[in-house]
Amino acid sequence: MIHTIIKKNSYQDSINLMLLTNAVSATEGINKVQVMMGTPANKDIFKSAGLYTEELEKAESNDMAIVVDTDDESKVAEILAKADEYLENQAISGDSETFETVRTWDRATKAQPNANLALISVPGQYAAEEADKALDLGLHAFMFSDNVSLEDEVKLKKKAHEKGLMVMGPDSGTGILDGVPIAFANVVNKGKIGVVGASGTGIQEVTTIIDRLGEGVSHAIGTGGRDLNEAIGAITMMDAIKALEAHQQTDIIAVISKPPAKEVRDEVVELLHNVSKPVVAIFLGEKPTQYEGNVYQAYTLEETARIAVDLARGNEIKPDYNDGDHEAKTINLKPEQTAIKGLYSGGTLASEAAVLISDAMGLGSGIKNEEGFVLKHEGHEVADLGDDMYTQGKPHPMIDPETRASFIEKAAEDEKTAVILLDFVIGYGSHADMPSALIPSINKAVAAAKEKGREIAVIASVCGTNNDPQNYQDQKKQLTEAGIIVKDNNNQAVRTALSVIGLQVEDAQKAHVDAPESTRTFDLTVSEAVQTLLNNKPTVINVGVKSFTDAIIGHGGRVVQYDWRPIAGGNERMRKILNLLK
Amino acid sequence: MNYNSMDEANRAVLDKIVGSAPFLVDVVPAKEKIKELNEGKVILHAGPPVAWENMTGPMQGSCIGAALFEGWAETGEEAERMLANGEVKFIPCHHVNTVGPMGGITSANFPVLVVENRSDGNEAYCIMNEGIGKVLRFGAYSDEVINRLNWMRDILGPTLSKAIKLTEDGLNINVMMAKAITMGDEFHQRNIASSLIFLKEISPFVVQVDMDDNDRKDVIQFLADTDQFFLNIAMAAGKSVMDGARMIEAGTVVTAMCRNGYEFGIRISGMGDQWFTAPVNTPQGLFFTGYDQDMASPDMGDSAITETLGVGGFAMIAAPGVTRFVGAGGFDDALKTSNEMTEICIDHNPNFSIPTWDFQGACLGIDARKVVETGIEPVINTGIAHKDAGVGQIGAGTVRAPKACFEKALEAYAEKLGLI
Repeated sequence: MIHTIIKKNSYQDSINLMLLTNAVSATEGINKVQVMMGTPANKDIFKSAGLYTEELEKAESNDMAIVVDTDDESKVAEILAKADEYLENQAISGDSETFETVRTWDRATKAQPNANLALISVPGQYAAEEADKALDLGLHAFMFSDNVSLEDEVKLKKKAHEKGLMVMGPDSGTGILDGVPIAFANVVNKGKIGVVGASGTGIQEVTTIIDRLGEGVSHAIGTGGRDLNEAIGAITMMDAIKALEAHQQTDIIAVISKPPAKEVRDEVVELLHNVSKPVVAIFLGEKPTQYEGNVYQAYTLEETARIAVDLARGNEIKPDYNDGDHEAKTINLKPEQTAIKGLYSGGTLASEAAVLISDAMGLGSGIKNEEGFVLKHEGHEVADLGDDMYTQGKPHPMIDPETRASFIEKAAEDEKTAVILLDFVIGYGSHADMPSALIPSINKAVAAAKEKGREIAVIASVCGTNNDPQNYQDQKKQLTEAGIIVKDNNNQAVRTALSVIGLQVEDAQKAHVDAPESTRTFDLTVSEAVQTLLNNKPTVINVGVKSFTDAIIGHGGRVVQYDWRPIAGGNERMRKILNLLK
Repeated sequence: MNYNSMDEANRAVLDKIVGSAPFLVDVVPAKEKIKELNEGKVILHAGPPVAWENMTGPMQGSCIGAALFEGWAETGEEAERMLANGEVKFIPCHHVNTVGPMGGITSANFPVLVVENRSDGNEAYCIMNEGIGKVLRFGAYSDEVINRLNWMRDILGPTLSKAIKLTEDGLNINVMMAKAITMGDEFHQRNIASSLIFLKEISPFVVQVDMDDNDRKDVIQFLADTDQFFLNIAMAAGKSVMDGARMIEAGTVVTAMCRNGYEFGIRISGMGDQWFTAPVNTPQGLFFTGYDQDMASPDMGDSAITETLGVGGFAMIAAPGVTRFVGAGGFDDALKTSNEMTEICIDHNPNFSIPTWDFQGACLGIDARKVVETGIEPVINTGIAHKDAGVGQIGAGTVRAPKACFEKALEAYAEKLGLI
């Protein structure tokens, strides 16, 4: 039976009525329904739908006609009620974002005409090309992407330097620019210590310790791990040092690097001697024996942070800062339990562990890499589980607990294992709550060893601050409550592990001597673009990983999200043609 | 003329578009302007060239309607036989300075709007909008349809011709569009404001035409009832502007997009008349009761000339009233759609400032390079025809231009320039 309802003088546009028709069509017990204005053309449509009635004939153009085909008359009222409800609630709640999303450089620069930094996290094979475009647009490039060839890195850095721009990275995991955390970074108080680092977790460890000691960081500039390679010659690091020298709010400069090429190291150090500000430097693996002039070289990341803090406060610099708390509760070890297994998510933290263990064993403090381990000696193993070797097809251990969980299980099965040494790197980008994710695996592994009569010490440190989304204290508390020995930082955790197996590091007592004579003069001028970058919160074009926008917006930076995809969908021939049609 | 870069060539094309001056100057029987229509039985159709057997049901239906209208056949069956036998020659509208909506079917005695682009001195033509319901452009050819066409030929066309001639200078289409885009039209799915403006402009002159008062009333009534009347004016204007712009003969600006239900075709400025085609998509959208997606005809019509000009789907933000065709969203979706289209366009057209877009101009100049680079396919607002002849319109929605057309165009252009 066909029923007709005419709502006189009730105009709605046809799209609304089509949507309304769809909305009420789903009602149970009806065969067909159509809602339209009563225009002559619409009446024809009713006819062809088999819904024409005599009442419809009386409907005029401004009347709404609802025609229902149903065997159940009570449904007509239901349809009418639904239609009324629909028409009353037409507002659509949109989900609005606080930043614009674009698909081309062109639009990105229009959306943020004052952008000065491109944060690039596209797949490695495309990263160099995108960084090159960023430089052409006058933007500094922060390259989170890895797998960029050394050759491309050299090219990009030379080009950037000539244009007065900086390339931070590639494979630069972290940075802080005027309080704005970039990529995997911690929320660190603002202060007068400017950091330049060629290592991601090195920067994170030093800046978070500075924060926890009550001082702050003006900028933390990541250069990428290869910047001090011979081919590159520390282009970014030298530019960054000069930038921090010129930056008014920076009083102290901290330099962090893995072991650099000799010539490059010497040039960087010579530059450091030529700046007016006090400098603390660490070349991880070098065991300094003295402080020279304005350059205070440190042995550990903790020492680097503590010297920087003392310099910032104008305190006298102590000969050694590695005097922390290295005590552990007594562990009953079996005679064969002599080894430390360092299972790290942070590369530089793993290196620091390797350096200290190796030093304590009298093997020197240099870092050797073999078979995926930064240290493998007499049952001691230190692994950077964030290394490409372990992350093939798997998420990074800072994000996902799985890889580490299986290594912890294996380590606990090893009869030689006395200590399992862990890091928990928190901050933007990292797992929201890694202790909760990993503690069950740790408990299980330790319990399994205990059943076989072996007690294992699990020692950990947390790299982060109280302002990080995960909160340093909360994470520490969770670990402590799980029976894990938690130390303030990695240096102390490693030394505690060593003390459990009866080893310790002999630290050098560094005397302060004058700087060596320098014959070189450096051009310390800083480009306008670099000055602008350091004197303001960055305005960022985020090319790739969308979640990086959170930290930037959360800390007062401006950002436009560039949803990057490979050019021409990865079609190589079209890509080539596009390059020709310029 | 040589250009130092592709960008410079494209800029020259854009300058032509921005500097265009399309005027509606007359309504005449198609055969008066299109000489090919005088050479035997000839039918113009939408899109790139297509053979009878590849035409969709509705396009075939339109052809039957045209054969009946022209008096070539007495019955539908007779007309169909004639068409299938190859007795009728088919020419794409675009080849003879013409555009046609949906099937685009145009024959000798259809009255066509005559638009003169005074910046380049070229003309373009388009049939008049028949309204909605049973209409030829969607493949209907009942008596009702043919009778309306006869009336348009005998009364509407001549009346408008006389009225337009009474205006001093013709009607300035850019001005009407500039006004209407601030009133919620995007000139493809929604033309209600521009149709009103047209009626407002022409009424004082229709009143002065020496004619039967009942006929006059019918003309005014038809124009008042036909919300999409201006679409065909906008199409002819778009065609005249883009034909003017492609006199540049360089660059990668898209100068035409059209569909024949079988293939989607584009032209780019650097490749002149050549079509680059790919199979058409089928529009997605909202359907009248009793109809659904499965009954939808593949994409048809030259009306995508509006999107080529930077309006239509590209100007969705100007017409929030029709955004719900693109999905469940509202204003934000309209904004997203127009913003997405700016990714593949070179600039904004200052002639068509859009208040709801912070007064940015409509999109200007689709760059085929950007389409290929980003993979963002141009969005087109469109009516949806039933796939069978004679049923007519069953809904409306959007459809995308297939990326392959743009890839082929760039490849051919690179080859023409000797780059590959």
